[in-house]
Parts: sequence; C-alpha cells; structure tokens
Amino acid sequence: MTVAAIEAVDVSRTYELDGVSVPALRGVSLTIDQGEYVAVIGPSGSGKSTLMHLLGGLDRPTGGRLVIGGRDVATLTAPELATLRNETIGFVFQAFHLLPRTSAVDNVALPLVYRGVGARQRRERAAAMLGRVGLGHRLGHRPNQLSGGEQQRVAIARALVTDPTVLLADEPTGNLDSATGDAVLELLERLNAESGVALVMVTHDPEVAARARRRIAVRDGLIRSDTVHDRPLSGGDGRPETLDAAPSAEPRSASGSGPGHPSGGFGGATGATGRLPLSGGQSAPGGAG
Amino acid sequence: MRVAEAWRVALDALRANRMRSALTMLGVIIGVASVVLLVAIGTGTKQKVEQQVEGLGSNLLLVVPGKLDVGTAPVVSPLDLKDVDAVSRVVGDPGRVAVTIASGATARAGTRSDFTTVQGVLETTPSVFTRTLARGRYLTGADVDTSRRVAVLGASVARALFPDRDPLGQQVTLAGVRFRVIGVFTPLGQSLGVDRDDEVHIPVTAAQRLWGTQRIDGIAVKAPDREQIDQLGERIVAELSRRHPDTEFSAVTQQQILGVLGDILGVLTGVLAAIAGISLLVGGVGVSNIMLVSVRERTREIGLRKAVGARPRDIGVQFLLEAVLLTSIGGLTGMALGVGGALLVDAVSPIPAAITWWSLALAFGVSAAVGIVFGVVPAQRAGRLDPVVALRAE
Repeated sequence: MTVAAIEAVDVSRTYELDGVSVPALRGVSLTIDQGEYVAVIGPSGSGKSTLMHLLGGLDRPTGGRLVIGGRDVATLTAPELATLRNETIGFVFQAFHLLPRTSAVDNVALPLVYRGVGARQRRERAAAMLGRVGLGHRLGHRPNQLSGGEQQRVAIARALVTDPTVLLADEPTGNLDSATGDAVLELLERLNAESGVALVMVTHDPEVAARARRRIAVRDGLIRSDTVHDRPLSGGDGRPETLDAAPSAEPRSASGSGPGHPSGGFGGATGATGRLPLSGGQSAPGGAG
Repeated sequence: MRVAEAWRVALDALRANRMRSALTMLGVIIGVASVVLLVAIGTGTKQKVEQQVEGLGSNLLLVVPGKLDVGTAPVVSPLDLKDVDAVSRVVGDPGRVAVTIASGATARAGTRSDFTTVQGVLETTPSVFTRTLARGRYLTGADVDTSRRVAVLGASVARALFPDRDPLGQQVTLAGVRFRVIGVFTPLGQSLGVDRDDEVHIPVTAAQRLWGTQRIDGIAVKAPDREQIDQLGERIVAELSRRHPDTEFSAVTQQQILGVLGDILGVLTGVLAAIAGISLLVGGVGVSNIMLVSVRERTREIGLRKAVGARPRDIGVQFLLEAVLLTSIGGLTGMALGVGGALLVDAVSPIPAAITWWSLALAFGVSAAVGIVFGVVPAQRAGRLDPVVALRAE
C-alpha cells in the first residue's frame, strides 16, 4: 500500500496582472504515485509550467486542494513549504541553474546546506551522488568547465542528493543537443527505475514525452488527456503521434491512486522490482513508514 | 542553514565581485578612518593643552578684568602698577605676583626682522610661570624700576634675528626703540600650532613707555598651596573691585581654564566626529545600494536556493551577513588607516593625535551597525522574492 506522492484536486491558479485576472490553471486533478514516470506535455502557455511549480511547492494554488508528501500546501507557512520542498522534491531545470564559481560537488551539496547537514557529510553524500550520475571524476570542476550534458547531470545529482520522493524535470533536454539529451533522459529513467523516485517531466517535445509510461497533456489550463501506455513508444519511428490519439493509450482516472494502481499491471517496467533505494528506505516511504 | 555556512557564502559572494566589494567598502573605510583620525586629533590636542596649562606652573591664579566665559566681549583693563602693589599686599609676597602687558611688534636686528609678541613683565615672571633661560640672565628689579631697555628673547626670535651670532649683548629694535639682549629662553616648543618661543620679554615699565600707557593687561599670582587658591582669588577680586567699582574682575585657576578649554575642544571634537560620521552614513547608503544591485543580480541564485529548500530567513540572513561583512571589513580597514594616519600626523606634523580605545570600538561598532541597518531592506527584499519569478529572471 503506497501513499500518493502528490495529489491535486481541482487545483487552479489565477494570476493578477494589473488588476486583470489571468487563469493559468483552471481546475486540474491528478495524482502522482511513488516511483511513477510521468510526462506532462503541452505547448507554451498551456499552463504546464504553472502546474510544475505547483506540484513542486514553489507556488500555491488559488483554488482547489494540493497535497504534497501528505501535507496540504494551504496549511503550510512559507518556511514550512521550503522545508517540504527540501525534503520531498528535487528540481531539474532547462537552464541547469547551477551556481557559478562553485564546484560541482558544492553545487550538489547545496540542498543539504538547508537541511543542516554538516560540511563533511554534505561533501561525502554529494560526491557519492556525482558518482552515480557518472561524474565522480569532475567533483572540483566549476560549471563553466563542464559541458552542457555534464552540467545537467550535476543538476540531476543535486536534485537527488536529498533522496526526494518526486523529481520534477522542466524541459531537462531543452538546452542540449539530441544525443546529449538522450543520454540525460536515459540517466533520469535509470535513476527513476533504480531508486524509485517518481519522475515528472515537463516537456513540449512529443518525442521526449513518448518515452514516459504515463502522459498528461495540458492545454489552456486544463488536462486534455491522462493516459498510461502499455509499452513506451519509440520516438524515432518517423510516425508523429498526438498523444490523445495514441492507439495503445487507455484513459486513466485523475484520482486513481486506489487499489487499481497502474504500476502493477504494465509489465513491471517501473514496478517494485529492481528498485535500488539510494540510502535507507526514504525512497519508498510506503515501506519505510 | 548554519551560521558558519552563511558566513562562508557571504564571503564567497564578496570575493566573487572583488572590485565592487572594494569600492563599496571604500565609503565605509573613509568614514571610519576619518572618525578615528579626527577623534584622535581632538583627543591629542586636548591632552597637550592640558599638559601645557599644567606646565605653566602649579597653583596659578590669573586675575583679569571681565568675566572668563565663552562669548563675552573683552574688557579694557583699568589695572595699573598701583593695583599690582595692592595685590602684592593681599598676597603678602611680591615675589608671587607677576604682570603682563603684551602687544605685537616688529623686532629688528641689522637687516633681519621678526614680527613677535612683546611682553612687558616684572622680574618675578620666571618664578611664577616656570620659565628657564638657555643663556644670559633674566630681568632684575633694577631693570624694572629704571625702565631699562633690556630684553630677553624667546628661542624662535633669537634664531630669526641672530641665526649665526650670539645674541647676548646685541641690539634689537622694538617698535623703533633699541633694546639690549641680556638673555635667551629655553625653547618651549609649539602648542595648538602657536610658537610659544615667539616672544620677547622687556621690563613692564619700559613697555608702558614704549606704548604710551599706564595700564597692564593682567596679573598672575602663584598661591602658596592649593587649598588657599580659591580664598586668595576671592580676596584679590574683592580688593580690585574696591579699587575699580565699575569693573568686574575674575580670578581663574588652571583647573577652570582647563575646564573651559576642555569644553571648547570637546565640542570641536564632537563636531569633527559628527562630520566624519556623516561620511560613514553616506558609505552606508552605498552599501545599501550595492546590496540591492547584488540581490537583483543574483535573483536566479535566490530562486534556486529557495527551490532546493532555503527558507526566506536563510536568504535574508545570507544577504544581511554579506552587508555586515562588507561594512565590518571596511570598518577594520578604516580603523587601521585611521590609526596609521593619526600616528603619522602625530609624528610629522605639529598637530598632536592620541588614539583612544573607545573611539576604535565606537567606529567599528557603528560600521557593523551601518551594515545591519542598511542591509536589512535588501535582505528582506531577497528573502521575500517569489521563487517562481526569481527562477525566471534573466
């Protein structure tokens, strides 16, 4: 029995711009389960970035109910929300957002600073995490001494060093060439499979989205479709696909975190087998708690 | 976030923008250095004046017409030598009573001349004020009684008029009248930029004749001991008031002079420190300004830190520490410069300077406080930044 990592019920977000209300999200309901691999796809302006900010606790909804890691965001103060982000969410951004003039290992260790971990232990954990993303030999390098792919891998290590339950990746390959981007996606998918961290990837690229088992299409502030695919689609088969018309797709209930949990019935690609927790058991709170 | 960590982050941020940090600190450095330097000069001057007033001789009582008070107009002296005799009777010992009548005059010897202060005095002057001679002899009672045209030169005057000759026995012309040099004072040095060796003593009777007057400017009395000073002063003032009912007289002690001078110098030091403090304030505004720039420049960094779990307070403390570090390092540098400057001024210029610990502590405390006061607004702004907006910033 697992608890949902993130649960959104009829969540909306409206911006006030010069007295005019601009709705970015207009009532979205979805559940992200432990260990899931979800792609959120939509054109720019669809509200997918707003959705990602809400799911990551960077922003608060103006309507509806949003529960992250079992805690209702509406009840949290700003410092509590920050702590929640630190403990449950890892972010990977399109622009990497590494601190310049700061070594790879210190960049990775940054989230641990706000968790009060001592300097030595921070470095040890950061170095170990960099080893897991294949950058064990680049610990002391600064971002400007690393390639784009390496920088994004440092950012991935930073996102995972805290053992989060959800990894939110916002166009993680947007600034990379396709070969490097593929490598980064493979790394993300491997970490998702190994450590059981849920991977939520926001993208406008159908090829990237096609790699995920579950695909959520967002348009005009609403979820247009939320489908789970039996087998991941190959993006390179020259056959452009619209997600909502994907043949093997089956609709999925927005609040479907109940007994009919999908990860059991789809070939076990992201199932419980093969999970390698990063440390302890935090990656699988259902089992640890 | 731990405090040590926050310090490290703040230091890194300053190091990343060395030039900007240094220029920002410069405002604080100049402010603190000038506070330290000016307070040192004020304190040094006060100490030196005190030394010199005390060095005039002990248990001294100065009797002058008018009130000794800041802001009162000088009074024309009604005193003459008969009053001096009367004061001597009150004191009971003429050897403890000195007089002066002073005026600026040009002293000439051969082709050389020197504008100096000529003082008409009694033979008692060296024992009332502690004065010693380097060469020759001082005035005698006979010199005074017969208005003899003899003169004792201050060291500067002797040097100016007789740079390569022994002045003893030479002639000097004071206001067109010739005097014979009979002695030269031991040098006293400078005080408050005034050359205390720039004076010529002649018999008071000769001076009165020179300027065509019967008056004297003031009387000085050396009391036998400290306990009698105030009572003696009252008796002298009573006697003089009886003789000159229209004039008010004051008898002041060294302590009173020190008090008045101390007040004046204290006010002066305060004003100087306040002006320097304003420059420190301007430096603080510079810190505030640069911190706002820094917050704006590092908006994305703030957004990222918030995304990975920094609380508003963590960010605020980070930027506040950065500001405090700027002003503290600036403050320490300014202190070092101020102390160095004060030592230099004291060593190479006639202006005295004395470092006081309280001024250093104050300057450093104020600079750190400036960092806090002027860092709070940028720090709060940084802490309140919306992470979504901050991450999107360019």
